[in-house]
Amino acid sequence: MILGRVVGTVVATRKHASHEGRKVLTVQPIDPEGADAGHPVLALDGGPGVDAGPGDRVLVVQEGWSAATTVGPEGAPIDAAIVGVVDEIQLAEPAPEAATP
Amino acid sequence: MQLARVIGTVVATRKDARLEGKKLLICRPVDIDGGDETGYVVAVDTVSAGYRETVLVVQGSSARMSSGCEDRPVDAAIVGIVDEVSKD
Amino acid sequence: MYLGDVIGRVVATAKDETLVGRTLLLVRRRADGRAVVAIDAVGAGAGECVYVCRGRESSFAFLPGRAPSDATVVGIVDRMDPS
Repeated sequence: MILGRVVGTVVATRKHASHEGRKVLTVQPIDPEGADAGHPVLALDGGPGVDAGPGDRVLVVQEGWSAATTVGPEGAPIDAAIVGVVDEIQLAEPAPEAATP
Repeated sequence: MQLARVIGTVVATRKDARLEGKKLLICRPVDIDGGDETGYVVAVDTVSAGYRETVLVVQGSSARMSSGCEDRPVDAAIVGIVDEVSKD
Repeated sequence: MYLGDVIGRVVATAKDETLVGRTLLLVRRRADGRAVVAIDAVGAGAGECVYVCRGRESSFAFLPGRAPSDATVVGIVDRMDPS
């Protein structure tokens, strides 16, 4: 999974049936420190337990079966889905030997 | 598989129900000498790895073959804690 | 998935039989300007903004049919926020 920040929404009336009823969100990948990392991707929002929206930091899964089953049945043309909304990112303190120049 | 170092944890309350109880660790790829490479991946921990440990990360659909990750939306899993890397 | 603009079509007479009857669209990816050939699954046409599914799962758009796709147009964008 990668970390991202939801930066927008996309509305599409004509779309594959497997995408019906789910939000299409623009997600800017970020690094663990929160800085932008690479180009935005589109991901479908996960189930009711996820319900991501603009401004949320999210976890994006990018493997076909995992993404499809987050949204609905398997065998759907979905390559990325939001599986979680991030509450907190805790980073390890650098090891002592790495901290000294 | 990839050698990586655990650099952090992600906490998410609102998530796919199939991820309940799974520890999510941020892993940075390292080279065979232990030096940091670029990028990172958030992986499900299956071996009780800890901060700064060097681990083995499997990515893609194979990640779902690791213990406890069957039928779950997992595209990266930590499947081993590295004791030693030896070069011939 | 990623956003793109349909900038053309590709016609190929000699092609894999699973591609017969499929529309091949030339899509310029918004993120980096690269043009890719994607199979259409939603009836998209020139000038439309679309979103594209990549990878193996893009071929699932044509189930139960088969298509050797690594990029499929799966949605036509009506509007975006921010636009």
